Amino acid sequence: MGKTLAEKIFDTHLRDEPFPGTKILNLDRVLCHEITTPVAIADLVWRNKDRVFDRDKLKVVIDHVTPSKDTKTATQAKILRDWARRHEIPDFFDVGRNGVCHAIFPEKGYIRPGYTVIMGDSHTCTHGAFGAFAAGVGTTDLEVGILKGVCAFREPETIRVNLTGTLSQGVYAKDVILHVIAQLGVNGATDRVIEFRGPIVDQMNMDARMTLCNMAVEAGGTSGVCMPDMTTVEYLWEFIQKEFASKEDAFNTYRQWVSDPDADYAGTLDIDVSKLEPQVTYDYKPDCVKTVKEMTGTPVDQVYIGTCTNGRIDDLRQAAAVLKGRKVADSVRGIVSPATPKIFSDALAEGIIQIFMDAGFCVTNPTCGACLGMSNGVLAEGEVAAATSNRNFNGRMGKGGMVHLVSPATAAATAVTGVITDARAL
Amino acid sequence: MQKTFGGSAIFLDRSDINTDEIIPAKYLTEVTKEALQPYILEDLKLEGFDPKGEVLKKASVVITRENFGCGSSREHAPWVFEVNDVHTIIAESYARIFRQNMFNCGMLAIELPKESIEQLMKLQHSCDVRIEVDLNGQQIKALTDAEEKQFAFDISPFDKALVQAGGWVEFADARY
Repeated sequence: MGKTLAEKIFDTHLRDEPFPGTKILNLDRVLCHEITTPVAIADLVWRNKDRVFDRDKLKVVIDHVTPSKDTKTATQAKILRDWARRHEIPDFFDVGRNGVCHAIFPEKGYIRPGYTVIMGDSHTCTHGAFGAFAAGVGTTDLEVGILKGVCAFREPETIRVNLTGTLSQGVYAKDVILHVIAQLGVNGATDRVIEFRGPIVDQMNMDARMTLCNMAVEAGGTSGVCMPDMTTVEYLWEFIQKEFASKEDAFNTYRQWVSDPDADYAGTLDIDVSKLEPQVTYDYKPDCVKTVKEMTGTPVDQVYIGTCTNGRIDDLRQAAAVLKGRKVADSVRGIVSPATPKIFSDALAEGIIQIFMDAGFCVTNPTCGACLGMSNGVLAEGEVAAATSNRNFNGRMGKGGMVHLVSPATAAATAVTGVITDARAL
Repeated sequence: MQKTFGGSAIFLDRSDINTDEIIPAKYLTEVTKEALQPYILEDLKLEGFDPKGEVLKKASVVITRENFGCGSSREHAPWVFEVNDVHTIIAESYARIFRQNMFNCGMLAIELPKESIEQLMKLQHSCDVRIEVDLNGQQIKALTDAEEKQFAFDISPFDKALVQAGGWVEFADARY
């Protein structure tokens, strides 16, 4: 019997199996941000174990509320900053150099095929786009990861999602993943890895693959994964060229992680995306999904473009293509948060930021901000947003507020009309 | 050190209760567990449920349905239960990260089959429901003035070891 990508990674990283079915894995990356790490740091200090297992494997960023908005968030940032300095962690990203964790860490080349990655953040599953096993964990798992470089997991089962057909013009990775979540349900992949396969994934660039994997957790998945291929190698090449004689060499090395053809899956979902239309969520669960057509005309107060799901350069390009030469409706506040300084800078160079500004968007610095209602665009009671984020829970962007999850193109079109709108109908 | 389990129960009769409902993100700027205490389940909208009510105040056990604790990885969700002396949750199923966070903190996330949860839910209008937990025997008892129901539960040996050790830091530190 062959093995899945996740099983291969588990086999090569196994440190211990204290009980049948419980795998203690060695970690290649422990990622940290200022919301979930400070309590772990405080506990390590309290236990007189203020140490790190390997400073080069820790990557640290302040991203959720940045620059700090008040004394409490400034204190969280300071705890993380002081800790990073104390342990001389080389890869720490502070104000001005910081961005959304699941955008900046891949952009720096830190995530490689075959890696094990944890972070105290549920959307860590994003990094599986590189053929890694990447799981969100709580603060205690993070604490043990920081101290010992290990984390415990149950034996991973994998659900294979085969995406075939041809994506229509104006339909994007976000529409695909919303449709997949609607099929699986919010706990359809609990304790499982979701493997995205098929020609649609093969044709996607890394930004789109990260959008797919980012939302695996919204179906309960431990990690989303894509198979490493030449697209992965091209993305990583500037960081790995010293390790390999050629791109073909890197490709051949990374292909060892690809799931075997006779691997065993817990389930398979075949989706022909040819007839898929732009998707949007209704209600307060990410598996409540309709077509944009069905929801057309629903008024919104705010449009938010950014986040670890859809704040990358490709996403901004798609939104800007819709916004070019158009204005935000008077009834709407448009907010865009490029996910990293590099994305911001590239968007400036490409004229994308100018398009957003000419349309009447507020352009913020890179941060998680409004996505979880912490800063930079919190909703008031009863307000409605269309957002390119990943979670539409009641009150997520502000107490009593409602969120409709959409693609960047749908978000842009909605900003222009003030009601949920299919960009292709503009 | 192992925590104490069982006690007076509160029923949250809904599936997919998420971590934003358990502890809203705006409180994640707190850097101590104790500071979270007043905000437990603040955003949970459920008929008959009052986050500031007496039933929650005296509860030590939560009984709920499927996919409890879905959403964010925030361990603030188990912590807000911990600092309110709720160390036992009984549900049909959990989101993975929340479940692991519970055991990592040395608390109990007990899974029971749908039929057992249905039987427990039938007790929710009794005035006082008490739960007794026998971790070694893997049994729980639900007691009201009028009746007593008993259920066996499964727990993985690893999760049991975490609860007995008092949490994952203690377990890992002794072993790795």
